[in-house]
Amino acid sequence: MSLKVINTPIKDEDLESLVIGDIIYLNGYLVTSRDDVHQRLIKQHKALPVDLAGKAIFHAGPIMQEIEGQPGRYRVISIGPTTSMRMEKYEKEFIAQTGVKIIVGKGGMGLNTVAGCQEHKAIHTVFPGGCALLAANCVEEVERVEWLDLGMPEAMWVMRVKQFGPLIVSIDTKGNNLFENNKREFNSRKEAIVEAICPYVDFLE
Amino acid sequence: MDREEQRQRFIDIMAKFTVYTGRYLPDDVLSRLEELRETENSDLAKIIYDAMFENLKMAEELNRPCCQDTGVIQYFVQVGTKFPLIGEIEECLREAVQKATVIGPLRHNAVEVFDEKNTGNNVGTRIPWIDWEIIPDSDEVIIYVYMAGGGCSLPGAAKVLMPLEGYEGVVKFVFDQITSYGINACPPLLVGIGIAGSVEVAAKLSKKALLRPLGSHNNNPRGAELEKRIEKGLNDVKIGPGGLTGENSVMGVHIEQAARHPATIAVGLSTGCWAHRRSVIKISADMEYETISHKGAIL
Repeated sequence: MSLKVINTPIKDEDLESLVIGDIIYLNGYLVTSRDDVHQRLIKQHKALPVDLAGKAIFHAGPIMQEIEGQPGRYRVISIGPTTSMRMEKYEKEFIAQTGVKIIVGKGGMGLNTVAGCQEHKAIHTVFPGGCALLAANCVEEVERVEWLDLGMPEAMWVMRVKQFGPLIVSIDTKGNNLFENNKREFNSRKEAIVEAICPYVDFLE
Repeated sequence: MDREEQRQRFIDIMAKFTVYTGRYLPDDVLSRLEELRETENSDLAKIIYDAMFENLKMAEELNRPCCQDTGVIQYFVQVGTKFPLIGEIEECLREAVQKATVIGPLRHNAVEVFDEKNTGNNVGTRIPWIDWEIIPDSDEVIIYVYMAGGGCSLPGAAKVLMPLEGYEGVVKFVFDQITSYGINACPPLLVGIGIAGSVEVAAKLSKKALLRPLGSHNNNPRGAELEKRIEKGLNDVKIGPGGLTGENSVMGVHIEQAARHPATIAVGLSTGCWAHRRSVIKISADMEYETISHKGAIL
């Protein structure tokens, strides 16, 4: 298990040696992008208001608070990862079109994202779910917000972060997928367990 | 206290209690998480549990919601027929949610269907969701607050089985759903199962099962045994914290049931994430409160 800090702009060679299960930390730009941002770019073909090339996106819908006396300036209250699988449908295209290098989220993603990561040298990582204050604590500044018309959770919040992590690599640039491996293991155990319970639930008369 | 003062007091208590629910996990959940943490021995599982507990400490220190997804607010109300504000509870809870959204602050989580606009105050059509039970002759109200986060609502499912699929079909349905979708919903999970005759009853009971305190059992001996077997079985799958593998998978398994139709076995499944923000408060006729889920909490 290696441990390292990665800075934006992120280059291919920063990611190529990483393998699933490694833990990394991020310095630099992290931009929230979840369901609606993916939908606007890929399905509705709207140009993104933020250049994501070489940066990291966060599958997250934060609680932000406008700073008193500074209209348009925000502080982060709470920001943790959301379920990445929701973005699976569009992530491959999203990686191809934006040049984003690190996707931060929660739980696994599927074959499309694996293909996108392999082809464009990107990775998917998970931040511990539900740990929104640990994450907020790593945010140095909320620089700006775009697409706020989508509402607080879905807007693009552009943040500068320091030592943001732990980020566990779940999809690497070589086609490995940690959660798919885990799922295979869980499902292989499941069959025997269900079979062992069944004789005890023969309640029908 | 005149009627308006009672009303304001009720709104104030419920706004503060809703905020409180987002910051502090209930006593039973905390102690179960502590027990489960002790069982883990891999580096990765320990890192995740350390992060979880560090995060809870920060919520307390910073007075902020412990998870950014403060959910769609749901209230499960058990109201005495003699509670003075019985006719005004719904209106008061809508006001309480708006206040809580500002104080919390809570994330804006009410998106109007069809219009696809976020209301920005957590109040919307039929939201906060309110579930009613009437308690004859009582002059108190007991309110369960549940923050239904998106992540832990995603694995939710319900299905009507044919009776010859039997309870075996129920067990299989639960395991399939948890091993495929539960792993992304911030395990260790609380698993709520409803068994009934039609789909909406089973689904609703599965959510009510999540409201029961950890360590409680189904009121039928077979039901209680099945809870234990499914809990042990899911733990043997070894999903671990965050789905990253470990010694356990769930905080508990709760089943609630209603008599079924002879021709159907409906099963509903709801899951609660490790940050299971479920709280219970009792408010008396003179607007004194007792926080049942969080002993001794001062609002």
